[in-house]
Formats: sequence, C-alpha cells, structure tokens
Amino acid sequence: MAPEPVVELDCRGLRCPQPVIMLARRLPSVAIGSLVAVVSTDAASRVDVPAWCRMRGQEYAGSDLAADGTPRHLVRRVS
Amino acid sequence: MRNGAPIRTTYWDTASSEPLHPAARAALLAALDGGFADPRRLHGPARTARLLLDNARAAVAESLGVRPDEVTFTGSGTEAVHRGLLGLLAGRSRVGDTLLASAVEHAAVGHAATWWRGQDVAGRAGRIVGSLPVERTGRVSVAEASGLVASAAARGGVAALAVQAANHEVGTRQPVAELAGLGVPVFMDACAAMGRVDLPEGWAVAAGSAHKWGGPAGVGLLVVRRGVRWRNPFPGDDRADERAAGFENVPGALASAAALQAVVAERDEVGSRQRRLVDRLRAGIAAGVPDVEVVGDPVDRLPHLLTVSFLYVDGEALVTELDRRGFAVASGSACTTSTQTPSHVLAAMGVLTHGNLRISLTREAAEGDVDALLAALPDVVGDLRRQVGM
Repeated sequence: MAPEPVVELDCRGLRCPQPVIMLARRLPSVAIGSLVAVVSTDAASRVDVPAWCRMRGQEYAGSDLAADGTPRHLVRRVS
Repeated sequence: MRNGAPIRTTYWDTASSEPLHPAARAALLAALDGGFADPRRLHGPARTARLLLDNARAAVAESLGVRPDEVTFTGSGTEAVHRGLLGLLAGRSRVGDTLLASAVEHAAVGHAATWWRGQDVAGRAGRIVGSLPVERTGRVSVAEASGLVASAAARGGVAALAVQAANHEVGTRQPVAELAGLGVPVFMDACAAMGRVDLPEGWAVAAGSAHKWGGPAGVGLLVVRRGVRWRNPFPGDDRADERAAGFENVPGALASAAALQAVVAERDEVGSRQRRLVDRLRAGIAAGVPDVEVVGDPVDRLPHLLTVSFLYVDGEALVTELDRRGFAVASGSACTTSTQTPSHVLAAMGVLTHGNLRISLTREAAEGDVDALLAALPDVVGDLRRQVGM
C-alpha cells in the first residue's frame, strides 16, 4: 500500500495546462520524498503529469481514483 | 500590422494542406476545359477525357513506382483510406476477424476500424480491433507487433495490419517493410508521406491525398498491389475503374498527377533543404526556450515537419499569438481540437500534449523565415508563461 499524499490538488473542472501548472507551483513546498496528488477531470493530465515528471526530473508514482471516482495522479518529489 | 502595414504570413501548416503546386495549377486549368466529358462515352470529347485520365493514372504510377492498373482516383484521402482498408478487410474476411492498427494512425483509419467492427455479422465470434503500441518517438515497436500478431493469430486469423508510412503529427516514419514481414497484409496510410519521401516496400494497399503534396483538394489515391485480394466494401458503380465510384474528377486527377511528378522530381533538393531548416529549428528552439520537448524521431522522419511542446503553455493561445505575428502553424493540444481531447498520437507516445506546436514547411521555406520564428518564440512562450505565473 502506497503512502498517502501530503497534498491533494483539486483540479476538477480545470483544463490543460492548469493541472500541471498547479503541480509545478506546489511540489517545491513539500518535503523531498513526499507525495502530491493531482485530482483531475482533464483527459490530458493522464499523459501530461507523467511527461512533466520526466521533463522536470520528478517521480511519477502512478494513478488511482479519488473517492468520487475522479482520476488521481501521484507525484513524488525527488529533488 | 505595426506601422499600419499588413504583416506577411508565413504559412507553415503544409501537413494540413500544401498550397497548389504551379505544375498542378497549369494542368488543372488546361483540363478544366478539355476534360469535362464522360470518359466512358464513345465520342471525341469523351476520348479526350479518357486520355487525360489514363495519362494521370500513368503519371501517378510512374511517380510511385507502381503499375497503372493498381491506381484508383477517389474523392479524398479519407475515401481512399476507407476504401483501401475496408476493401482489404473484406477480401480477407475468410482469413480473419482481427485488425491490428498502430496507436498513432490518422482518425480516418480509426473511424473506418470502428465502423468495420460495428458492421459485424451477428452470430460470429466478433470482430476485434487491436492497437500496436509505439515507442516514445512514435515509431511502432516491431517486437511488440510481432508478439501481438502471433497471439491474435492463435485466437483466430489476423485480417490486416494498418500502419501509416509516416506520422501526420510528428513526422516519424514507420517500419512498414519489417511489419509486412510478419506475414499479414499491410494497409498503409501514406497521406502524410506520399510525394515527400520514397514509400517503403512490402505494403498491400495504400492511400494518399493530393492536397497534401500540392495537388487540389477533392482527390485521393487508392493503390492496390497486384495479387492482393480487395473486395468493394461499398455499393459498386459502373465506372471504368471498378474500385472507384462516382463521375471521375478528370481535371483534379490530372492536376494531382502533375503535382506529384513535380514534387518527386524536386524531392532531393527541396527535402534536403527542408531537413536542414527543421534541424536548425529543432536546435534553435531547444537552445532558446527552456522546458520544451521536441517530439518525434530526429532522423527517420518526414523532411518538412517539426513538432514541439512547451510546458505550462496553452496550445490555443500559442497558435493564436503566432498567427498574430504572421506564422500560420498547427497544434495537437486538446484546446485546439473540436473534441477537446488531447492528440491520441502524442498520448500514445507518452509526450507532453499541452503547449503543442506542429510546424510544417512549404517548398519555398527559407532560412530567414526560420530565424524570424526562432527570434519570436522565446518572447511568445515567455509572455504566455508569465500570464499564468510561470
């Protein structure tokens, strides 16, 4: 069982690139090793969150569903 | 625009549609007057129309290195894709019920595959459309395709593979010859590649679209290799060419053939110049703008096309601002599409889908235009990022 994210970003209803922008702004504020969750209804997030991690040297830790069934993308701060 | 003078537009969206080639314009104007008659009739004007159509077919065949009786003119590239793929599947219906299509095919292939699956006859095991995955460059993985063909063959027969010659969004060329070696006939959508690069070997049926190489809109090409079993998937017609339907667009066919001959003749010179310019753009963008992903294969690609994605940038705003500054370019980002979904091509490759730009050069593209775009991009992208606080 993966550890719980310390921050959950509610990006429901936001369109690309807003969810990735929120992730980029927030990730530096959590401790290295912590998880941030991006809860997003935007279909592009499924591709763009992992791509952002690859481009910015962070770790994509997979996805699951929020309580309401919205996709939730997990990112671990590694630097 | 500034100082009141109209700004010159640099049109770099030839992957959507190439401006009419001068050779096509001349042929079109001549044939509009001489090629109006019904090529099937027995009088003089009909013989003239028939002769022009036969000439167009012969010129296309020679340009593509195929036989004239393998060439059919259709009403569009999309119609050529539909007739080509569905006719191949119909001809193979006793062999198998599975179609394997690359994950980055044009929507015309996707729509045809969905329609084919829905036309299934009740009581059968059911038609299957499977996806051939691609690498980060957009290139189909031959190893994975080989495994998928083997496992689909074990469940039943594989009717066909659908693999494009080169990708329409990122320019990556596909390993068509290697995939044809897997023993299943290949339908090749060559709409993005035809005229621009030598076509690969090994395919059974191919489709092209004249307005993508400088011919007029409203002309597609269907090529069915000799010995391939192709059955008309739609109602027949009584034209001279049994694979075609509807009254022949003789002027359009002749103009398309003239343009194809011309672009094939100019290809070495134009293609190598475009390749140098794209390399210059690729290096210049990577050096001048941070947080950018240049996508597609850097070498094994179409010569005229470059696709990049800028982090934190809205694709629609990017295209609109570049248009204001005199650059007409395309984008595969969700906000620029009618469906509001990101490009399935970029998604299948696993590359950034937002802030996407597709630049496709004309045959006249020059170094000065490239440098003008390279000078504008850092400002444009920087402004858009500042507007969203990045």
